[in-house]
Amino acid sequence: SMAPVVSTKSKKTLSKTGVKNIVLVDGVRTPFLQSGTTYADLMPHDLARTALQGLLNRTGIPKDAVDYIIYGTVIQEVKTSNVAREAALGAGFSDRIPAHTVTMACISSNQAMTTAVGMIAAGQCDAVVAGGVEFMSDVPIRHSRKMRKTMLSLNKAKTLGARLALLGSIRPAHLAPELPAVAEFSTEETMGHSADRLAAAFGVSRREQDEYALRSHSLAKRAQDEGLLSDVVGFKVPGKDIVSKDNGIRPSSMEQMAKLKPAFVKPHGTVTAANSSYLTDGASAVLIMSEEKALALGYKPKAYLRDFVYVSQDPKDQLLLGPSYATPKVLERSGLKLADIDVFEFHEAFAGQILSNLKAMDSDWFAKTYMGRTSKVGSPPLDKFNLWGGSLSLGHPFGATGCRLVTTVAHRLKKEGGQYGLVAACAAGGQGHAMVIEAYPQ
Amino acid sequence: KMVTRAVAALSRFTIRARCILFAARSHVNCEIKGDVAVIRISDPNSKVNTLSLQMQKEMTEVMDEVWGNSAIKCVVMISSKPGCFIAGADINMIQACKSTEEVTRLSQEGQKIFEKIEKSPKPIVAAINGSCLGGGLEFAIACQYRVATKSKTTVLGTPEVMLGLLPGAGGTQRLPKMIGLPNAFDMMLTGRNIRADKAKKMGLVHQLVDTLGPGLKSPEERTIEYLEEVAIDCARGIVNKKLALTKEMNMMQKIQDHVMSYSFVQNRIYSTVEKKVLKQTKGLYPAPMKIIECVKAGMEQGPDAGYLAESQNFGKLAMTPESKALVGLYHGQVACKKNRFGVPEKEVKTLAILGAGLIGAGIAQVTVEKSINTILKDITEEALNQGQHQVYKGLNDKTKKKSITSFERDSILSNLTGQLDYSGFEKADMVIEAVFEDLAIKHKVLKEVEAVIPPNCVFASNTAALAIKDIAAASKRPEKVVGMHYFSPVDKMQLLEIITTDKTSKDTTASAVALGLKQGKVVIVVGDGPGFYTTRCLAPMLAEAVRVLQEGVDPKKLDSLTTGFGFPVGAATLADKLGIDVAAHMAENLGKAFGSRFGGGNLELLKTMVAKGFKGRKSGKGFYVYQSGLKDINPELKEIVESYNMMPTPAVSSDSDVQYRLISRFVNEAVLCLQEGILTNPVEGDIGAVFGLGFPPFLGGPFRFVDNFGADKLVEKMKTFEEVFGNQFTPCQLLLDHAKDPSRKFHRLIH
Repeated sequence: SMAPVVSTKSKKTLSKTGVKNIVLVDGVRTPFLQSGTTYADLMPHDLARTALQGLLNRTGIPKDAVDYIIYGTVIQEVKTSNVAREAALGAGFSDRIPAHTVTMACISSNQAMTTAVGMIAAGQCDAVVAGGVEFMSDVPIRHSRKMRKTMLSLNKAKTLGARLALLGSIRPAHLAPELPAVAEFSTEETMGHSADRLAAAFGVSRREQDEYALRSHSLAKRAQDEGLLSDVVGFKVPGKDIVSKDNGIRPSSMEQMAKLKPAFVKPHGTVTAANSSYLTDGASAVLIMSEEKALALGYKPKAYLRDFVYVSQDPKDQLLLGPSYATPKVLERSGLKLADIDVFEFHEAFAGQILSNLKAMDSDWFAKTYMGRTSKVGSPPLDKFNLWGGSLSLGHPFGATGCRLVTTVAHRLKKEGGQYGLVAACAAGGQGHAMVIEAYPQ
Repeated sequence: KMVTRAVAALSRFTIRARCILFAARSHVNCEIKGDVAVIRISDPNSKVNTLSLQMQKEMTEVMDEVWGNSAIKCVVMISSKPGCFIAGADINMIQACKSTEEVTRLSQEGQKIFEKIEKSPKPIVAAINGSCLGGGLEFAIACQYRVATKSKTTVLGTPEVMLGLLPGAGGTQRLPKMIGLPNAFDMMLTGRNIRADKAKKMGLVHQLVDTLGPGLKSPEERTIEYLEEVAIDCARGIVNKKLALTKEMNMMQKIQDHVMSYSFVQNRIYSTVEKKVLKQTKGLYPAPMKIIECVKAGMEQGPDAGYLAESQNFGKLAMTPESKALVGLYHGQVACKKNRFGVPEKEVKTLAILGAGLIGAGIAQVTVEKSINTILKDITEEALNQGQHQVYKGLNDKTKKKSITSFERDSILSNLTGQLDYSGFEKADMVIEAVFEDLAIKHKVLKEVEAVIPPNCVFASNTAALAIKDIAAASKRPEKVVGMHYFSPVDKMQLLEIITTDKTSKDTTASAVALGLKQGKVVIVVGDGPGFYTTRCLAPMLAEAVRVLQEGVDPKKLDSLTTGFGFPVGAATLADKLGIDVAAHMAENLGKAFGSRFGGGNLELLKTMVAKGFKGRKSGKGFYVYQSGLKDINPELKEIVESYNMMPTPAVSSDSDVQYRLISRFVNEAVLCLQEGILTNPVEGDIGAVFGLGFPPFLGGPFRFVDNFGADKLVEKMKTFEEVFGNQFTPCQLLLDHAKDPSRKFHRLIH
C-alpha cells in the first residue's frame, strides 16, 4: 500500500502521531432553493437521494465500498424519520450499508461528518458518506393535542356508540392545527428575535447588518458567476426543469434594504428579511475516508479533516454565539492562532449574528467575563472570510449547511493556495461547532 | 466674525455654567446628545430612586434649563440605577409633615411639577427599567411617551393604597383618562404591580424594549443603554411627527371608550366600585373611598376640582391612624427582610424536609424556586406522591398564569428529590422536619436524622406549639436545633416565625433566617416557650371564640364580628382552616402550660366535634359544611353547641363587647410575650400578628393598636370583662405600665 502523503509547505502539518489521517474525498450539494419554489412537491429523501447520487457520480466510488451512511436533518418528515436510510436505498446504494440520521439543529450535518470521523478514527469504518438535508417547503403540521387524543381514542373505541360519542366531542378548538416554529423550546423565543437582541447587545447597527448582507449576496453572485460553486450538482426535478443554480442570491442595494421593516422586534429592531437567512430546501453529501483507504482506491483527497469541537451556552442570551466559544477552543486543540488560518467559513444565520460573533471574538472583556479565557482570540479578517457567499445569500437548509461549509473550505484552500481552514457555526439550543481543515498537499 | 466669536464665548459660558450646576447636583444629571436632552436619575445614597425633596429640586432646575435651551428639541427621562426607575415618593418626607395642610402642600408641589412636565412644549419620553411605582408612575404618566423594558423587574403600579394613601401627584386624574376607569380603579384600589407586557396592553406604556444578554458590556448596563437609544429615537420620532402620540385602538377599545364616555355608565361604575370596596374593607380603610372621590371629582367637575380633591384628600389620609399603621407595617416588613444575626458560616445549598404534608411540600416549593437542592422525604409512597404533586401543582399554576414558562417549571422541579429513605442526607446543610405534632415522633426523627447528617447541619423543627427545648432534649447537639414555624399555605403566607432556645447558636439562627429570607419570607425571631409568639396569641382568642359560640352566637355571626373588626378571615372560618383537631390539640397543650388564663371556651366542644369527624375544611365539615365550593353552617353543630350552652352576660355581650373580648385577649397575650422576652421588640410582634395571623392591618398590629387605642382604655375594657370572666382578662404588667403612663408607647411617636 502507498504511504500517507503529508507535505510540509510553508506551515507545519496538523498530523498527530497515533491519530489517523482522515480525509475529505469530495463533497457535493443540490442547488439550494428558497422553499416553496421548484422543489415544492418533493419529499426530503428526494433531495438527499439526489445529493447522494451526485456524490456517486462525482467520485465514481463503487457502491459497495462505502461502509456507512449518516445524514443530518432538523425538521423531520415523520414518514421518513431515518431519512439517511430511505435516501440511501433510493440512491441505489447497497441495501447492506447501514444508515442513520442525526439531529443537532443547524449543525446536524457537521454532527454527521464528525460521527463519520469518529467511526473511522475508531477503526470501525474506512469510508463513510455523511450529508444533510432540509426541506422547508413541506413541514409536519399536526392536529392539536386534543384532536390527536380523540383520534387515538377512536382507534380503541369498540362500539359504534362509543365512536359517535367521541366524534361528537370534537369542538372547533380541536381543529386548530399546531405549526412547527423556529423557536427555542426552552425559552419560547424565536431565533430571529434572539438575533435582534444579540445584535443590540453588541451594538451592531442596522446599517452594519445590511452592509454585511449585501456583501454576502455580492460575493455569492460573483462566485456563482465565476463558476466557483462547483459543489453544486444539477437536479432534474420530476415534471419540472433541470435546476442547476442556487436561486436565493439577490444582491440588492442599501437603499432597497433600508426600506424593509424589522421582522421580529417591532418597531425598533434591526433584523429584517434582507439581513437574515431564509427558509431553504436543499441537501448535501461528502465522502470521508481514512487517508490509506482513499489512496488505496486511487483518490486524490481534497483536504484533511482535523480537530473539531462542540460547545454550548445559555440558549436565551447567548443562543447564537457558538462560533465565539468554539473558535478559540478548536484553535487551541490544533495549536494554531487565528492568524494561521487562511480560509474562514462561518455559518451566516443572520448578519447581526455574524457581526456579534466577530465583536465577541475581538473583546478581551467578553473572553474573560464569559468564556473564562485570559484574552480574546481575535476577529477573523474579512478578506479571508466567507468569500464565496454564505448562508445569508446561498441559502440555509438547516441540516445541510455544515457539509457545504466544509466542502467550500476545501475548495477555497485549493483555489486560494491556503493551508488551514476553519469552519464555525451556531445552532439552536445555544450550541456551536468548529472544525479545522487542512489542505491536502498538491 | 464678531458673531462667531460671540457665539463661541456664549457657548463657553453655558458649558462652564453647566459644569458648575453639575457639580452641585447629585441626583439628576443631564447629557445633551445633539437635539435631545438625556436626563439621568440616580440617588447616590440609596439602592432605589425616590422623589425626595433633593430629587425634586434638582429635577426642577434641570427641566428649567432644558426648556430654556433652544437647541434642545426633546427629552429622555431615564434612571441609571439597574432595576429601578423611581420607586415612589419618599415616605419619610410625608412622615416628617406635622399637619394635613403640610402634606397637601407637598402634593400640590408634586402636581405642579408634573403639570409642567405634561404641558412641556418639548416632548418627554420616560424610559422605564425596573420599578416605576407611586410617584414614579405619576411622573412617567405625566410624560408624553413611555418606553419600558420587558425585564421581570419592570413593574408599574400605584401602591399608595397599601399605605393608606392615594396617588397624590396627579395619578387619580391622569390614570383614568389614560387607561379607562375600570383599569385605573383596579390599579389604584388594589395597588398591584403591572408587568411591562400588561402595561403595554393597557395603554400605560407605548413601546416595549427587550432585555439584552451579554455583549461588550454587562447585560444590565447595556440594557439601560439600549433603552436609552430606543427612547432617543422615539423622542426624535415625536419631534419629526413620525411617531404618533395617540394610542392605536382596536374596534373593541373604541367601542369601550365610547361607552365609558356616558355619564350614566360612569356612575354605574362608581357605584359598583364603591359597593365592592365597602364590602371588602368593611369601611375600615378610608383610602379607597377617597380615591374614588378624587376620580369622580375630576371626571365630573373638571381638572381643577379633581386636582384640589386629590391634594386635600392626600393630606387628610396621611394624617389618619390607618395610614400611619400601614406605613408602620411597611417599615416593619423592611426590617424583617434583614438578617440581624449576620451572614451564616455556611449557605444552605441542600435542604432536606421530613414530611411531605401540606407544610412540608409548601416549604419544598418555596425552596426549589430559589434553586436550592431539596430532598423531600416521607415514610409512605402515598404521602410522598401527594407532596410532590402539590409542589408540581403550585409551580404549574404559575405556568398557567404565565409568570413562569413550562420549561422554567421543569427546571425548577429538577431541584426536588422525593424519597422514602435517608440517602443524600449526608450532604444536607439543613433539615426541616414537618412531621406530626407529637413529641415522641419528633424525638424519633431527630435521632434518626442526627445519625446521618454531617456535623454542621442545622436541624429545624416546624411546629406550631411544641417547645423547641423539649424537642432539642433528644439532640446530641442542641446548639444546632432551631424552630421554624411556617404558615399554611406556605407559598402564599409571608411570615416565618423562627424560634431559638437558650442553647441555639447564633450561627444556627443566622442560617435559619438566611434561608427564610431566601425563600421570600418576612422573618421574625422569637424566644422559646409553649406556642412561641403567634400560636400563643391565637389560642386565647380562639378560646374566647368558643365561649362566644357557647353563648349562642352562630359561626356566621362570629365571623362577621371578627371580619367586621378587620380580620381578613372570620374566627370560625379560621378554625376550620386550621383544623378543629389542630385547634383542640393546641388549646389543650397551651391550656396545660398556661392554666386558666387560656380557658374560657370549653375545650370539650372542640373535642366532641373532632370525635364526630368535624375536623374542619380538610374533612369537609367543621363549623361549616363545605360542599362544591359553597359553605354553610354545619347543621349538626347546633346540637353539640347546645350541650355546652352558656348563658351570656348582657353587660359584656354587645357586638362591640364580643369584638373587644376577642381582640383584648389576643393583644394582652402579645404584650405579655414582649414582657416575658419571647418577643425582642414590638415591631416583630406587629409583623408576626399581621402577616401570620391576619391581625387587622389597618390597626398595624397589636402593639400599634395599643399605642393608638390607648393602653388605659384597653385596660379599662379588660377590667370590665375581668369582673365577669376572671383572670383571662387580667391585663399584664407591661400593659398596666403603659396604661398608667400615657407617654409610654411601643412605637416611636409619629406626628
